[in-house]
Amino acid sequence: MNARQRSANLAFALKLGLAALAMFGFAYALVPLYDVFCQATGLNGRTGRAQTVNAPAVVDARWVTVEFNGDVMPGLPWRFEPRQHRLKVRPGEVATAWYRVKNLADRPLDGRAVPSVTPPAAARHFTKLECFCFSRQRLNAGEERQMPVTFVIGRELPPEVRTLTLSYAFFPSEATTLVQGEKP
Amino acid sequence: MEIQTMTTAELALHGSHHAPPKGLMRWLTTTNHKDIGTMYLVFSLVMFFIGGIMILLVRAELFQPGMQIMRPELFNQLIGVHALVMIFMALMPAATGFANWMIPLMIGAPDMALPRLNNWSFWLLPPAAALLLMPFALALFGVGSGAIATGWTFYAPLSVQDGMGLDFAILAIHLLGVSSVMGSINIIVTIFNLRAPGMTFMKLPLFAWGWLITAFMLVAAIPVLAGAVTMLLTDRHFGTHFFNAGGGGDPILFQHLFWFFGHPEVYIVLFPVWGMTPHILSAFARKPVYGYRAQVYAFWVIGVLSVAVWGHHIMTSGMSTGALLYFMYSTMSISLPLSVLFFCWIATLWRGAMTFEAPMLFALGMIVLFGIGGLTGLVLADAAADAQYHHSYFVVAHFHYTLFAGGIMGIMAGVYFWLPKMTGHMIDETLAKWHFWLTAVAFNVTFLPQFFLGLAGMPRRIPDYALQFTEFNMVSSIGAFILGAAQLLFLTVVVKCIRGGPPAPAKVWDGAEGLEWTVPSPPPHHTFQTRPVVGQ
Repeated sequence: MNARQRSANLAFALKLGLAALAMFGFAYALVPLYDVFCQATGLNGRTGRAQTVNAPAVVDARWVTVEFNGDVMPGLPWRFEPRQHRLKVRPGEVATAWYRVKNLADRPLDGRAVPSVTPPAAARHFTKLECFCFSRQRLNAGEERQMPVTFVIGRELPPEVRTLTLSYAFFPSEATTLVQGEKP
Repeated sequence: MEIQTMTTAELALHGSHHAPPKGLMRWLTTTNHKDIGTMYLVFSLVMFFIGGIMILLVRAELFQPGMQIMRPELFNQLIGVHALVMIFMALMPAATGFANWMIPLMIGAPDMALPRLNNWSFWLLPPAAALLLMPFALALFGVGSGAIATGWTFYAPLSVQDGMGLDFAILAIHLLGVSSVMGSINIIVTIFNLRAPGMTFMKLPLFAWGWLITAFMLVAAIPVLAGAVTMLLTDRHFGTHFFNAGGGGDPILFQHLFWFFGHPEVYIVLFPVWGMTPHILSAFARKPVYGYRAQVYAFWVIGVLSVAVWGHHIMTSGMSTGALLYFMYSTMSISLPLSVLFFCWIATLWRGAMTFEAPMLFALGMIVLFGIGGLTGLVLADAAADAQYHHSYFVVAHFHYTLFAGGIMGIMAGVYFWLPKMTGHMIDETLAKWHFWLTAVAFNVTFLPQFFLGLAGMPRRIPDYALQFTEFNMVSSIGAFILGAAQLLFLTVVVKCIRGGPPAPAKVWDGAEGLEWTVPSPPPHHTFQTRPVVGQ
């Protein structure tokens, strides 16, 4: 192999190496892309963006059933449940549902609720106006709290969707682990 | 050993300019493509047996319902490490070993384009293997809880919570990834820059073509896996929340990232085999390869499609109907270029003067059994059927028909085909034929019952099972032990062929075509110092 061949090989190899590095970066770029994609399509149960604007005045004639679910993830000794399991609402109408949460531990704990709506086709038409999931919740030892979620279902909701499920999973929050000095 | 005497003989012959170091230093410092190819192949063979022993322990446990010989934790570790060892340390290095040995010989190049990089690519593999397997040993001394226990797919959130074996696996994956990417870059540069004068791309041997596509796919896909496991590592130790839902992350994202790499990986493993197959078929049918252009184009189409179908691995993760339909149809469309390959292979055999030496037997067995793997893949691609078969033994049987029959049996065909070229000795045909028949029969005894287990609803990756699955599991375990024992014959044939045997001529098989058959068997340490010219 002469010197010219050698430098040509090296230059090509470096370009391919850069391509590999770019693909490593692409893996990280996929994270926000995935978020945008889920937000736009409602895939994965991502709900519509929270809004503070006035709810639309026009209300559909049809009825839609919203079912409620609440789970607590391991590591958070809380009791968490919806106060009503079903609610009949009209698309366009502002409705409020209530959840009940109680800290069973003898110390204050922080938790964060992550919402998800099924079916995916309905998720992006489900808009929360006010929700306990917007911020971290701190409960003192033994404290019980009633928490509202105010939402409106868009009138563009596909007609084949008659029932939606709103589900929350309460995760132990980072602050808890800092307070307690425990591993998550 | 044999190879060293070869070197001295060859040194005497050429009066070479420099004497390579002897013993261990020779292998540590070598930049010769044949030496490095040999090391890859030997490493692959060793890991093939290590991965095999792991799964025989698993099959022994599954011989009966209930837990007999191990704790469930160990079972979980064995299945995942078995897969990682077989895919990353047996199949892929075997293919890379052949690339190192054969591509320079096939395209008339004196060596790989970047010989030092080549040495480094190989020597990253043993540390990677040590990292992956070390947690088993550490657990014996009470350190940690053993190796990675999530299965080879690393799914979050389980992998965020798993023990330190997972960190070892992540670092092993990083080393393997760097090794694969460097090896691939080397192969691409070699094929682009070092082809003999007159060898245009459309005269490139199909094995080199298959590897070229594999190499491009590795450069594209492996870094994505590296990124995904790096996110996992930072989630575990540095407070990021890529996959932690409590912190705003998303576990499903991991599945997307993993399979964005994972599906191309299937073809990465298989392209080199699809490249070897026509060489072998054409040699033993004594006919030119049928549909060379069609096969090259099919390679490209499969390569491009493979990065767009990953969702069929996660159809049950809650996708919209639109996404399910997209992944279903795009996956099924891959069967079209794949059928082109199958028809070209069959047409190469058509009305040929066939003989059935061991390489040919393995190639034919590969076609038949890999065909079953492909067809059952179509069943799994069906979004409606997949809802039932997902994560069942049907999937296990399916991917062993593609990766064992399609991958490993194809590689074995290549070993028997080119080993006489590498060692200068013919293989023991009788033993090799025994090896084939035992392997083919035992393979089906092992995996055919698993289709039925899957249809009946037995989930994969679970150490215990319901009573009605007992008979099929017993049959499968017996098959697995025969399959494992049959591979000792493979070892015997390979060792015998290295140590001696009837001398092999330059053109080992009378129907074989290609530049590699123009050099003596075994080839001297340096070949094609003066470039051959490929004519019309």
